Amino acid sequence: MTELKTMYRQIILDHYKKPRYKGNLTDDYQLIHMKNPSCGDEITLGVAYNEDGTLDVRHEGSGCSICCASASVMSERVHGISKEKALELSLEFSKMLLNQPFDREGLDEAIAFEGVKDFPARMKCATLSWKALEKAIKEDSNGR
Amino acid sequence: MSIRSDFKVYQEGPLHYFDTAASSLTPTSVIKAMNDHYEKRPVNVHRGSYTLSYEATMAYENARKKIASFVNANPEEVIFTSGASHALNMIAYMIGRTIKAGDEIITSELEHHSHFLPWQRVAKEKNAKLKFVDLTKDGEITLDNVLKQVTSKTKVIALTLVSNTFGTKTPIEEIKNAVGEDILVVIDAAQALAHERVDFKTMNVDFMAFSGHKMFGPHGIGVMVGKINHLNTFEPFFLGGEMNDLVTKETVTFKDSPEKFETGTPPIAEAIGLSAAVDYIEKKTYEAMHETTTSLKKEALEKMKALDGIHIYNPNSQGSIILFNIEGVHPHDAASGFDEYHVALRAGHHCAQLVMQWLDVTATLRASFHAYNTKEDVDMLIKAITEVRDFFNGAFA
Repeated sequence: MTELKTMYRQIILDHYKKPRYKGNLTDDYQLIHMKNPSCGDEITLGVAYNEDGTLDVRHEGSGCSICCASASVMSERVHGISKEKALELSLEFSKMLLNQPFDREGLDEAIAFEGVKDFPARMKCATLSWKALEKAIKEDSNGR
Repeated sequence: MSIRSDFKVYQEGPLHYFDTAASSLTPTSVIKAMNDHYEKRPVNVHRGSYTLSYEATMAYENARKKIASFVNANPEEVIFTSGASHALNMIAYMIGRTIKAGDEIITSELEHHSHFLPWQRVAKEKNAKLKFVDLTKDGEITLDNVLKQVTSKTKVIALTLVSNTFGTKTPIEEIKNAVGEDILVVIDAAQALAHERVDFKTMNVDFMAFSGHKMFGPHGIGVMVGKINHLNTFEPFFLGGEMNDLVTKETVTFKDSPEKFETGTPPIAEAIGLSAAVDYIEKKTYEAMHETTTSLKKEALEKMKALDGIHIYNPNSQGSIILFNIEGVHPHDAASGFDEYHVALRAGHHCAQLVMQWLDVTATLRASFHAYNTKEDVDMLIKAITEVRDFFNGAFA
């Protein structure tokens, strides 16, 4: 079960058990709902902007451990950074899962999901919250 | 009886395949039949006046005859489609054109999305009423519960013959017998044909659909079977080449069935492949394969029942499917664990979200069996379930 152990690294298990930035999606947040149709993972991402324009991201939802933990790690990682930087990180995250060269340092704790690349069927679980973030940022840009 | 050696995929590496309900594996003879077609007569049917095209047409039409006789229908009642989904959509469309406001369509929560959504749309567009048969606690459709929904307004009863989640069987012959000729009965036979003989004339249903790839045939082919009197009267869904007699600026007349329903170039090699799958089943026999399948499934079920922390949703089903979850572990997490043991099974809602809602779960695991499975497969399934359960419960506790 080595590969499985690699995928479910301590960071993932910890975020699954104790999710950060979960809940309290008040009216201040722009809400994006996304589903992983094949397995029923479901996430609502709340995106707001601090006064200095940096991101304030929260999440809610249910699903497998990879999906839930990824939403938690992502919310924590992008908190207080610019939306441009967040989009860059999302791209790096995807590259990591596609086994392409990527910026290891920038991703910080999100590199815990590197093992998912050996489980292609789980790719969508890991990227769901990042895709929701991308969608929120793009929709917000269109709205302004 | 093991038929495992007929499936070359087992030479590719370790595999414990429990996903037959999604797609059965393909025996060598089916692959060979399709290869032969492409090597010897890879041309179009019903068009060319040269010998090769005539031979291809003969092979294609012989496939139709064989499949018709296999399900006890007439060849002109057998329409090739791209799969059961395609066939079920065609059926709902054709019948749907005759549905009026206030008419009632009876279906069930057991249906695959392919056999539910087309009727949901018909009901919405025609202002008809969609009614659901109450399921027993084991997820079964009974004659009594169907009859409870029947009124003078009932026009269609659309049900699955064998459920793709519970593996339970619908008493369709009794249902059709009880409701008579005025109500159209449509069945989704995709799961059934993987395991048992399906007799169109004896069931006396009006339409049925099935897929090649669930009964040892290739992907990309399915069959719609309809009583000839319906096929003569209903308008085809697809319009195009090869299905018409006379086309003018204002009008069109159609050919007779089956051409009427098969516009465009059909899946020729796939039809020939499906015919070879029928030969394969006839040779191995449903009876012998069913015996192997059932005994392996029973063995797995007994062993799973003895394990702690495993929830089985269909413990009393006589079918070839075990629907279950490992308590505290999301099915997708579990499936990745199984992958490490080369145990291939399905995690998710199985294209049957109404069943998941009925069970009040978001997703489940599904192990489906066939005669290529072995005792070693069962042992590995049990080992994987045990170790995956312990791994995640240790990790998440």
